[in-house]
Amino acid sequence: MTSDVFTPWDDPQAKPLIQFKNVTKRFGGFTAIDNLSLDIFEREFFALLGPSGCGKTTMMRMLAGFETPTEGHIILSGQDIDPIPPNKRAVNMMFQSYALFPHLSIWENIAFGLRRDKMPKRDLEDRVEEMLRLTRLEQFARRKPHQISGGQRQRVALARSLAKAPKLLLLDEPLGALDKKLRQDTQFELMDIQEKTGTTFVIVTHDQEEAMTVASRVAVMDQGQLKQVATPDRIYENPNSVYVADFIGDVNIIEGRATAQGDETYQINWAEGQTPLTATSATDLSNGQGCHLAIRPEKVTISADRPADAVNAIQGKVHDIAYLGNLSTYYVELANGTIIKAQSANTRRISRRSFTWEDPVWLSWTATAAVLLAN
Amino acid sequence: MNRLSWFNAVSLTLGFAFLYIPMVILIIFSFNDGKLVTVWSGFSTRWYGELVQNEAFLDAAWVTLRVAVFSSTLATVLGTAAAYVMVRGGRFFGRTLFSGMIYAPLVMPEVITGLSLLLLFIGIGLDRGILTIVLAHTTFSMCFVSVVVSSRLVTFDRSLEEAALDLGCSPAQAFRLVTLPIIAPAVISGWLLAFTLSLDDLVIASFTSGPSATTLPIKIFSAVRLGVSPEINALSTLMIAVVTVGVITASLVTKRAMMKQKQDEMAAARAE
Amino acid sequence: MGRPGLAVLDSNGRGFVGELMRRAFLIAVPYVWLLALFLVPFFIVLKISLSDTALAIPPYTPTLDLSQGWSGITEFFSQLDFENFVWLTEDDLYWKAYLSSVKIALIATIFTLIFGYPIAYGMARAPEEWRPTLMMLIILPFWTSFLIRVYAWMGILSNEGYLNQFLLWIGVISTPLTILNTNTAVYIGIVYTYLPFMILPIYSALERMDESLIEAAEDLGCSRIQAFWLVTIPLSRPGIIAGCFLVMIPVIGEFVIPSLLGGSGTLMIGKVLWEEFFSNRDWPVASAVAVVLLLILVVPIVLFQRNQQKQTEAEQ
Repeated sequence: MTSDVFTPWDDPQAKPLIQFKNVTKRFGGFTAIDNLSLDIFEREFFALLGPSGCGKTTMMRMLAGFETPTEGHIILSGQDIDPIPPNKRAVNMMFQSYALFPHLSIWENIAFGLRRDKMPKRDLEDRVEEMLRLTRLEQFARRKPHQISGGQRQRVALARSLAKAPKLLLLDEPLGALDKKLRQDTQFELMDIQEKTGTTFVIVTHDQEEAMTVASRVAVMDQGQLKQVATPDRIYENPNSVYVADFIGDVNIIEGRATAQGDETYQINWAEGQTPLTATSATDLSNGQGCHLAIRPEKVTISADRPADAVNAIQGKVHDIAYLGNLSTYYVELANGTIIKAQSANTRRISRRSFTWEDPVWLSWTATAAVLLAN
Repeated sequence: MNRLSWFNAVSLTLGFAFLYIPMVILIIFSFNDGKLVTVWSGFSTRWYGELVQNEAFLDAAWVTLRVAVFSSTLATVLGTAAAYVMVRGGRFFGRTLFSGMIYAPLVMPEVITGLSLLLLFIGIGLDRGILTIVLAHTTFSMCFVSVVVSSRLVTFDRSLEEAALDLGCSPAQAFRLVTLPIIAPAVISGWLLAFTLSLDDLVIASFTSGPSATTLPIKIFSAVRLGVSPEINALSTLMIAVVTVGVITASLVTKRAMMKQKQDEMAAARAE
Repeated sequence: MGRPGLAVLDSNGRGFVGELMRRAFLIAVPYVWLLALFLVPFFIVLKISLSDTALAIPPYTPTLDLSQGWSGITEFFSQLDFENFVWLTEDDLYWKAYLSSVKIALIATIFTLIFGYPIAYGMARAPEEWRPTLMMLIILPFWTSFLIRVYAWMGILSNEGYLNQFLLWIGVISTPLTILNTNTAVYIGIVYTYLPFMILPIYSALERMDESLIEAAEDLGCSRIQAFWLVTIPLSRPGIIAGCFLVMIPVIGEFVIPSLLGGSGTLMIGKVLWEEFFSNRDWPVASAVAVVLLLILVVPIVLFQRNQQKQTEAEQ
């Protein structure tokens, strides 16, 4: 790893911008956030990812100041921000509904926050123009929010919340209202703007693809707790639990019992009368311990004959095929009824499909392809 | 926001106190025994007894009721049609004039409406009586009905009608089988509104009624001009009671229907 | 399916014509009704305002006599004049009454707004499950007879009324206040009876408002009060405008309130018109009064109708 790669979370000297210290939030009898601690660093693009009701929005609203923690503290650049009202925080938020003021023009919407700071007229105009340029909205400045498209509204909301140059920008499902194509373009635009302005972004989303694309680190949440906080590639390749593996991307989960087989290598007995599977794991498992094996479909090779050198190979027959254009996913049924997904890239155009329904096939993968998760 | 801030709590309390205290006082003093309305001299229902024996009031009440039933029913039909035209009619010749004639009576001073209708009835030689009051009341209350119904039609999902047409309904059938049942609550509240507007009206009725037909508000007004009287208090209390029972019943019925729908939806969601 | 193409065309064609007929009928019925019973009467009022008083039935001349043909019509028009309008300008009772009506309506509207806005705001910010009940509590007095609601204040405001009894009892005053039969009583009566008209449109504007707009304003550095002035008030403006029109326009021509709560000093044009008509039986002058009143109201009525139509279209 070279030193210019941005990884402050690996540096024990780095001072976090935001610290959640044992934060708990209850609404009546319902615990939305359960004794949660988390550090977020300056210039990070941090994603809170989880299903609806997992507490991610509550985290964001606590950062913005619309909710206060029931227990614990939130520290922003060394200062406890619990008593500070939202209008006094150097934190701005981009709302899910965008919350653009319908009675004000785009220009006035962007200037709204600056006017509250009593910014001199010239500076204010310069700042608004700068924001309009940054978000490519110059020609819409005089329009009202209902006179522009959804994608443009999203950019106005972004410009408005960035105008005050906050220490921290919160984005609540910023792309939820856009269609898929526009969403992808906008993701890169967001990253670009984040890089240009050097602002710390915290984004809340339920879309794992979006989180993986934009974020420097992703926190996967469930029921008010953090399941895993790591970079997108680590979340994907090294999920620490079945929940995370299952939530992020597509995965095959095989349940079994592990037996040690030498250095970090284990044998997994997973079904009566089937050859045990081999997998490596850095964490120790005791002999006979229950475990789950998580294998991404794209790491499973499908072939007509048993590959000679394969460490793990099982036989089944093609149950279903999903043609996705760039990829095909094969749903292969094993002898015991389990379905395993295998993905292969369609590298050649209009090639004859190698397999079709009911064909007997072999599935194989290497010892390091699967993640072994102890129960 | 789940809590009421103290400011909102205070303004709501004061506001509702202002709205209700005068009527509560009126009701309390209708049970006053004495002839002097402002001095309490013991509980009694004697004024209600005298009211029941007052033939003039009873006659007027009967006229008022008939006028209200006829005019509100007519106004509901016309007002619903007008609302449909306003929301779904698209462009047609004189649309702005039409919309003006719908909204203007809502704010038009009653003395003007009353005077102009009277002069019309005299001009065409129509004898003043129940018929003329019904015509007059229908005209101004149909506009209220139309506003109530069109506010419901605006939020109505048009694709429901299109689905009905797609499934083979004629436009008239689509209206009868799909639109009408869905906007029915608005139509009913429009009818109720027209009914109470007609019951209440003094000014227009004064202009358009003849000696043969005196309505209750006209009777009350001529009595009240002379000052406060316990008999009028009793009559007012009865009228307030009727309206209160009606409005509360109506709102309970709609509330129960909404609760039922919510429960059904939740049950369906759980069953999934 | 399987139907001959011609038959499909035919049935569609007939359906289309039928639909057009039905639409025309649907438009025509309410349209003609309103023309005949709302618009035409105004022209009759206008015509009579140009006629002269007469001791006849009906008590004015000329009356249009179509049996005499064209000469009857020209004769009729030649007799119309602006005498009654000249009379309105000469007797200062009338223009004073117009001015005083407009003044009373303006002041009363402002008071109604001041009282109504906080109530509407409180309702819109109340817990959602309370709102239908609060709404019903606002509507309930509105459904109760207008006359009775005005009457209720007669007992409260009179010299020996409940308000004076109460004030004397707590010792704020030593002699009863004269409120009934003054303009103060008229203001109280107007605010009381027209309050729901102010509250309901403002409430519906406030209730529709997205709560996150307020949060956005606070997030961008507004205090609660600034957010209220900069976001809540401008966004409830259509409601405020509608409410003010709904109160002001009818109040200018109000009759019941000034005649029951007002005194001899309370000059309102609705009352003047009533007396011209019923007491003096001067129909042409009453009509002229109505025509001028209508002219005063035309601008606010058109503005009101525009506001309503704009809102309906915005919602669609």
